[in-house]
Amino acid sequence: MEKERHVLVVFPHPDDEAFGVSGTIATHIKNGTPVTYACLTLGEMGRNMGNPPFTNRENLPKIRKKELQAAADLLGIQDLRMMGLRDKTVEFEDDDKMTDMISFMIQELNPSLIITFYPGYSVHPDHEATGAAVIRAVEKMPAESRPKLHCVAFSNNCVEELGEADIINNIAPVADIKISVIKAHRSQTEQMFADITEEDTKTNPRIMAWINNERFWTYKFK
Amino acid sequence: MEPVVVQKVQEAINQRANQDVYIHLETTNGAYASHNDETFFSSGAYIRNALVRYELGKITGDGPYRVGLKIELGWVYAEGITHFEIDEQNRLLMAGHDFKGKLAVALEISNTPFE
Ligand SMILES: [Zn+2]
Repeated sequence: MEKERHVLVVFPHPDDEAFGVSGTIATHIKNGTPVTYACLTLGEMGRNMGNPPFTNRENLPKIRKKELQAAADLLGIQDLRMMGLRDKTVEFEDDDKMTDMISFMIQELNPSLIITFYPGYSVHPDHEATGAAVIRAVEKMPAESRPKLHCVAFSNNCVEELGEADIINNIAPVADIKISVIKAHRSQTEQMFADITEEDTKTNPRIMAWINNERFWTYKFK
Repeated sequence: MEPVVVQKVQEAINQRANQDVYIHLETTNGAYASHNDETFFSSGAYIRNALVRYELGKITGDGPYRVGLKIELGWVYAEGITHFEIDEQNRLLMAGHDFKGKLAVALEISNTPFE
């Protein structure tokens, strides 16, 4: 992984960073690169309440906020920003306001790399709107001063339309941190992890490949 | 939350009748439903902090339950309610969870605005 000046990560939901990006974040931090994680919402509309329910609609955001903070602590993120938007409403916010929010952070932090979702290929409307706002903000900058844009894509058509990911980070050296981050988002990930044993994460090739490789597409401006 | 006890929920609904209350109502099958199954038609609706006053409210059915509130010029209605809670702010929280514990519907009634 190239050494960066500052990495800015912009996602709408606590846990968006966990599966696809946390190993990359951990690696940058281990390299001494400051990382800012701007998380737009608290995932207020998450649906996992448990059976029997362990929480309710009104308390879920409080749980997810704690999980997000715990995940950031595990990664060593010094600058975690909760941006105060509401889950599933990001796409309905004013586009210019969204662009400005990102532009201000870019001006303040001067990141050499931004990680976000690839608009059009990231499934959830909040992901799409978040990625689009970042792209608009970067697009306004003169081409020579733009930070690199590494985007996460996972829609069913993403490889067909974008081609294979051009950045594949092997994060095996920090896989244990990544697994602890995934588990920190317990309200969201416990069910998924229920069938995966500690042993699997070290010996099952399919699970190891899934954990150890983080894929990004460099955004292509038209 | 605990499984619906019809009598307790009905009492809580009655206590909140004929006064200004804030409503949270949502129904959803999740933002990933069509991603996971492209033949699935995903839909949902959501309203938060609608200020209403209902003259009559009822919980009906054998479980999952239905809850309807008759407001001055119309109705508020939710289907699939399985659980309820009166929380520490004395709000009546009702929700329907599927077999995996995923929220499918929520109807909440509060005397003060939701955050
Ligand atoms: Zn997300």
